[in-house]
Amino acid sequence: MISVNEIHKSFGAIRAVRGVSFTAPDGKITGLLGPNGAGKSTTLRVLYTVLKPDQGSAVIDGIDVVTDSLGARQRMGALPHGSGLYPHLTARENIAYFAHLCGLDRTEIDDRVDEIIKLLEIEDFAERRTKGFSQGQRTKVSLARALVHDPQNILLDEPSNGLDVMATRSLRHLILKLKDAGRCVLFSSHVMQEVAALCDDICIIARGQVAINDSADGIRERTGCDNLEDAFVHAIHRVADD
Amino acid sequence: MRTVLTVFVKEVIDNLRDRRTLASALIMGPIFGPIFFAFVINLSIERSIEDVERPLELKVLGQEHAPNLVRFLRSRNIDVVDGTLSRDAAIEAVKTGAHDIVLIIPDTFGQQLADTVPAKLELVSDQANTDADREARRVRNALAAYNQQLATIRLSARGVNPLLLMPLNIDEIDVSTASGRSAMLLGMMSYFFVFATLMGGMYLAIDATAGERERGSLEPLLSLPVTRDQLIFGKIAATCLFMALSLTLSLLSFYVVLKFLPLQQIGMTPNFGPGVVLASLLLFTPFILLGAALMTLVASFTKSYREAQTWLSVLLIAPTMPILIVSILTLRPKLEFMFIPSLSQHLLLVDMVKNEPVNNLHVAISVLSTFVFGILLTWICARLYRREGLLG
Repeated sequence: MISVNEIHKSFGAIRAVRGVSFTAPDGKITGLLGPNGAGKSTTLRVLYTVLKPDQGSAVIDGIDVVTDSLGARQRMGALPHGSGLYPHLTARENIAYFAHLCGLDRTEIDDRVDEIIKLLEIEDFAERRTKGFSQGQRTKVSLARALVHDPQNILLDEPSNGLDVMATRSLRHLILKLKDAGRCVLFSSHVMQEVAALCDDICIIARGQVAINDSADGIRERTGCDNLEDAFVHAIHRVADD
Repeated sequence: MRTVLTVFVKEVIDNLRDRRTLASALIMGPIFGPIFFAFVINLSIERSIEDVERPLELKVLGQEHAPNLVRFLRSRNIDVVDGTLSRDAAIEAVKTGAHDIVLIIPDTFGQQLADTVPAKLELVSDQANTDADREARRVRNALAAYNQQLATIRLSARGVNPLLLMPLNIDEIDVSTASGRSAMLLGMMSYFFVFATLMGGMYLAIDATAGERERGSLEPLLSLPVTRDQLIFGKIAATCLFMALSLTLSLLSFYVVLKFLPLQQIGMTPNFGPGVVLASLLLFTPFILLGAALMTLVASFTKSYREAQTWLSVLLIAPTMPILIVSILTLRPKLEFMFIPSLSQHLLLVDMVKNEPVNNLHVAISVLSTFVFGILLTWICARLYRREGLLG
């Protein structure tokens, strides 16, 4: 469970995030939806603790990301935007490296890596060095790496970027599987349809602020729009007008 | 500790599979140095051997005017051949470089000699041409000897003791040992050791920050439940290992090269046996940490891999500057020099190669101060690795 409380983050004069709050409960998929540059990535980066918020706080399973960042990282698996792999290591070695770093027991690492390789359907290229992998293969390995320690909270920054239809489909299945296992899944996207199809809760972000935060039905109701796309545009305009 | 070890092992495996890292660690540093060195030494050996053994070909104009002189020159291993036709042509030939040196014997030579007035000889050479200058010196020495010989004969003929012309008897006693004479040229070795050390870890140092960032693997790594100190220490440790590898190979290849070079022929017997090789490795060990931390530090300020490469190439030269300055000024080891990393290692190495007693206090200061600098830079690296700006 992730709760974000009024976080602010500026880079020099640019105010990337201006008071974002939302909650992503366990057993649900929460989508951060917003146009490019809205502050989705910055919010997620604060959550996986590579950035410190200027103001506000964020708590993961009751652990504050600022005061106990190590503890917070233990509770989550993150897939940052444009995640890269080590090209000289095989897919399996890339995943095993992260398993070691996550502090998994040595005896169970091999089994766990096998398990995650199967789950993500990486078997065919698991023993190959990742140099020259397709975007879809890279994303799968990156995801496997992020999930290898079986984290309760999963943060995915634009995971479907550059994926083809089949890869997107299997990603969607995986996210649903994680939800069914009672995990808290938070993912960002700028693709409306994807968010609409998957998410239980949607948090629309524009210009560093939360425009609206509700279920898909709730959003349609509150904006008075029949389809989500109109609701999205409506919500974003409301922030822009402020 | 386990995390540091994990990072270390991964970096080592990763880089052992990287051709570029391997090339710089195992080939560039260790091979380039000794080959270059062997080339330079061979050149100087060849030259000094040539000087004594090779007959010098001397163009002489008008050798018919001084048959005795020509015979004397031939006895000094100077090969007299017929020169150009006229004096002007001879001067022109030396000017254009067609001949290095021409001796002109005027037709008045015999008469002047008989009249016991100083007999005129002309030696045409280009003193700006160092190669020709060595030959001219040989000819000049031969002529001076002939001059001395004639004077002695003349004095004896008049019943005067020729020793009157030698009021001084100068005997030069050279106290330099064969190992000592090696120092100048072999001082170059420490330059190559510093170079090989830094070269060996260059790509790992870049990879710790700029490389990881450019590949997009830095953010996933930082989102793991490990501290950044553990990551950077593991990376610096791996950098140290590659640097140590490169240094060791460099020391060994020098050991082999020096064995096969005919150094005795130019009066050098460098003291570079297995013991000195090992001592050098130990002496340079603190410098490895310093080098690894320094390179990682500089690379962490750069925006991209390419930029890091540029800066680190410049950095390769920096530690060799004190060595260069001291070599040019031929300064003796002093206590305060021992506080300067790279310079202290160089001076101590030269002492060992010269087979001179090594000052234990100097060694202690060198090792300690370099080590302290290394720790300090590692600490700064770790501090900088915690910055948000690391993500670029």
